[in-house]
This record gives sequence, C-alpha cells and structure tokens, in this order.
Amino acid sequence: MKPLALRRAALAAVVALALAAPYLLPNWRTQMALLFIMIVFALTWDLLGGQMGYNSFGNVLFFGVGMYVCAIVQRDGHLGYFAGLLLGSGAGALVAVALAALLGSGILGLRGHYFAIGTLGLGVAAGELASGWDFVGAGGGMVPPLYPGALGSRETFFYYLCLALPAITLPFLRWLYKGRFGLVLNAIRDDEDKAEAMGLRTTRYKTSAWCISAFFLGLSGGAVGNLLGFIDPREVAFPVDTFGVWMVLMAILGGKGTLWGPVIGAVIFHVTKELAWTYLLGWQRVSLGLLIVVIVVFFPVGILGWARERWPERFGHAVEASPGEASR
Amino acid sequence: MENLRLLFESPVLSVQLLLDGVLIGAIFALSAYGMALVWGVMGLINVAQGELVMLGGYAAFYLYQAGIHPLFAVPAAAVALFVFGWILYRTVVFRVVEKDLFISILATFGLSILLQQLANTLFGADVRTADAGFGTLFLFGGAVTVAEIKLVSFAVALVTGALLIQFLKRSRMGQAIRATAQNARAARVMGVDTQRVYAWTFGLNAAICGASGALVAMTWVIHPYLGLPYTVRSFMIVIIAGLGNVAAVLAVALGLGAAENFAGFVFGAEYQAAFIFGLLVVILVWRRFWLARERRYLQ
Repeated sequence: MKPLALRRAALAAVVALALAAPYLLPNWRTQMALLFIMIVFALTWDLLGGQMGYNSFGNVLFFGVGMYVCAIVQRDGHLGYFAGLLLGSGAGALVAVALAALLGSGILGLRGHYFAIGTLGLGVAAGELASGWDFVGAGGGMVPPLYPGALGSRETFFYYLCLALPAITLPFLRWLYKGRFGLVLNAIRDDEDKAEAMGLRTTRYKTSAWCISAFFLGLSGGAVGNLLGFIDPREVAFPVDTFGVWMVLMAILGGKGTLWGPVIGAVIFHVTKELAWTYLLGWQRVSLGLLIVVIVVFFPVGILGWARERWPERFGHAVEASPGEASR
Repeated sequence: MENLRLLFESPVLSVQLLLDGVLIGAIFALSAYGMALVWGVMGLINVAQGELVMLGGYAAFYLYQAGIHPLFAVPAAAVALFVFGWILYRTVVFRVVEKDLFISILATFGLSILLQQLANTLFGADVRTADAGFGTLFLFGGAVTVAEIKLVSFAVALVTGALLIQFLKRSRMGQAIRATAQNARAARVMGVDTQRVYAWTFGLNAAICGASGALVAMTWVIHPYLGLPYTVRSFMIVIIAGLGNVAAVLAVALGLGAAENFAGFVFGAEYQAAFIFGLLVVILVWRRFWLARERRYLQ
C-alpha cells in the first residue's frame, strides 16, 4: 500500500475504534473520556509551550474558568440539562477567551522563566480566589445538575462529548501549524526579537495563540465539571500541581513542538497514572512525583524528539554528514 | 471593607499588624536569600524552596518531640537540611543545573510535588507545631500584643542570615562560591571545583531554608502543603530586591510580611494566599510594562 492509503486506513481504523470503544469496553468509559481531556490539555499546552516557546504553568486558569462559568450558567440559567450544558460550555469558552485576551499583553510580555512563574501565580491565585468567593460556593465548591437520562447512558454521553474535544482540537491545530500562523509561532520561539524586527506583530500572535488555547480549555472545563459531577476550587477547577503540571509533562514526554507528540505523551502518561493508582495505592502520588522528576531529568527530549534524532529522514529532514548535527 | 474602617478608627491596630508582619518578614528573608544564592551562583530557580522550609519544620518538630528545646532544633534542622540539600544536588539537581532554565524549573517543581507527597505519606497531613514555651509581651498598656516567640525568631533569623553572609565573605568555600557566581568558567580555569561549589551552594540554601522552617514550626504551624507560598514569596522578594543585595532582600521581605498581614486583615484571612499569588502576578506585569518603556524585558 502507498503511504497515503496506509495513513487513511489507519485513521479510519482509529476513528472506528474510538466510536465503538464505549460498547467494547463499557467499564472504562469515564477513564477514556478523561484520557481525551488529557489529550486536549497536552495539545493546548503545546500550542504555547512547544510551538511558541512560552512554557505556561497556569493554563488550568482557563480550564477552571470554563468549568465555573458553565456551572453558573447551568445553575442560574434555568434551561434544560442539555441546553444548559451547551450554552454553559460555550459561555465558559468565551469567558476564557476574553480572559486570555485581557491578560495577554501583560502576561505574554514576560519571557522565559518569568512567564512560567507568573502563570503559575495566576493559576494558584485563581484557585485561592474561587475558594474564598461565596457566589461560586467558596471552598465547598459547586455541584453541576444531575444528568437526566437513563442509568448508564450518562457515561456514554460524556464519552462522546469528550471524544469530540480532541476530534476538533487536533485537526484545527494541524491546520494552524501548516499555515503562516504556525510559522509565526515557531519564529517567536526561535527568536522573538528577530521575529519582531521582521515586522511581525508578536504580541498579537502570542495573544491569539493563548486565546485559542483558552477556548479549547474552557470548553473542556465545562465538560469535565459535569463529567466529574463536583467542582472543587483547588483540586478540580484550578489544580496547578496536578493537571497544570501534567499537561506540561505529557507534552514533554511525547515530544514538544510536534503535533502528535502531546497525543502520544498524554496516552502513555494517563495509562501509567491509572496503573499507579491501581497498583501503588497509598504511594500513587509519591510515585507520580517521582515520575515527573525522572521524565524531566532523564528524558527531556520526548519520544518524538528522540525518534526525530534517531531517524531524521522519516521526519522529512535532510540528513547531513556533519558530525555536529548527528551528535545534537 | 468593614475591616478597613476599623483600621482607620483604631490606629493602634495598624501598629499591631505592622509589628506582626515585620517580625514574620525576617523568616521570609531567610528563604529568599537562599533562593537568590542558588539563582545567582547556579543560575537555577528552585521551585522546591518551600518544601525545604517544610522539611526543616518537620526536622524541628521531631527533635522537639524527642525532647529537645525548639531553639536548639534550629541549628540541628539547618545541619540536617544541609546534608539533605547536598544529597539532593548530587542525585538530581546536578543533572539540570546547566540545562535550559525551563527544564530546571520543571524538574524542581517535580521535586517539590514529590517532597510534598512524601511528607504527606510519611508524616501525615496533620497540622503540627513545636511549642517553644514563650509568653506574650503587652505593649502600650496592653493595646498591642507581641508573642515573644516572634521576637526570638526574628532575632534568630537575623543571626542566621548574618552567619551565612560571614561564611560567604570569609571562608575559602565562600570565596569559591562568590567566584563561581561571577564567572563559573573562569573559576573552573582557576582550579575551583564548580560541582563541589554547586553542591555546597545548594546545601547552604537547604540549610538556611531548614533554619527558617524550624522557626516556622515554632512560630506557627507546619503541614506538608505549606511550600508553594514560601517559594512564591522568595521569588517575589528576589525579583524586587535583585540578586546579591542583602539589605534589599531584608527590606523587601519585611515589607512583604507587613503587606501580607494588612491584606489578610482587610480582605479576610481566606484571601491571604490569593493576595500573595496575585501580588506576584501584579509585580511581574508591572515590571514588564516598566521595562517595556525602554523596549527591554525581564531577563
């Protein structure tokens, strides 16, 4: 078979498998739904961290905002369940985008480690604010409305809902990276001053990229709030030291700055995490912390980064004979 | 804003808050100075700074449980944490020290999560304190109260900081550390074993954090998750005061302690952490716009 036909066949197989999965593995529907969310996390983190070189620890901000806005719309909107969820997720995504646009020029003007620590501060501050604010239930959190459908259909519904998120995000980012926008992001990553000197309005591009990231995170926030059925400000909505770090880690593990790297990283990490939860009960959080350190210290290039070094010709790079290139 | 009115109506309350805050600030100055040391010498931002404080607190707590007076636990915690920091450097940190800054931030963030979870599993999530058995001072006819332990820990913090500075100034290793901070490559050429210097620097940082943690355990309470606010406070103090300016570090730390205390009173205690992290963002963004006037940026 030709490579293109092979690729299409593989894609069709993956799509068919994803659509059939809730019937093949009915006990794993919620786990798989969370896996899809993890893929969205890694992809949206990589849009800034990998492609643009802005390593954020605070992307959970948009996730949590989307979650809270969705829950508020559902609580105060007095719509039906599905209309409320739809409108709420939409509103959550829009508020997240507005927040990203508002914070953009200030926060994205920070570079390197200042950006990393600044966004960390943003994420934690949001969690602390939410846990003091009575309108959103303060430290007690919020409970989204109950799913009205038949028993057992809830998991299937949320499986497909969460499946839709990476199914939209991935092709969109693929299209984005192929065009001029992706090139500009890479130019900013490689040398922001030069990109600016070339006449690119870097702040606008950076803010747009953050808004895109915020949009998908806001959408997934609404879905996760309803999927888990409980919103805790620090543990679920703005969990900087779990989701916030994991999204960085998944992108790095898979290979940052690539399209499929974050997806691969998310799958491997989520499965490892669930295995740790199952087999290392009591020590699962410790082992997860250890895993973070080990991955970052020993394997910072990631799986696709490593593969690219190993087989550069498969990634469309011209192989040069110079030893300097080979040893990099 | 009810509390704000209260503040204007009874000025003596301000004195109380200011005094408490300034006394707290000296403890922040210790870990901030450690962060500046590691940042300046090794070019590494240690996100696990607060966890070193937490571990120092637990060291002091367990020594206190063993019947040792908490004041003697301060040097003991410092020594224990020095050893811990040394081991941490020789096992993990040396691998990231000359790499990309983000990798080192992420690695130390991972360390911080690991240490938190280890502490939670080994020591339990309970809130602990080491009671030093000091009383309370009444000033201005009882209008202002000061816990004596806060005065003591303020003094101990200052002494500890002064000791570290003297060590850096006078000892052979201190000179090597300062030489490495100026130019690591030149220091290597001159025969300084920079890996050993880095291990010492990280150990000294851990030691000073350990001492501050012991003071925290005496003055307030400790628990496994107290770390991140201390890291963020240290970071804030360092970016305002700059690397290698001791007087500025102390001044900013005392100011931060007072500001935090006032904010905690005005907005309510539940927003105190939000204030710390929000202040970090505000300071960073403010400095960024300030520098952008000259088309510069924080680096």
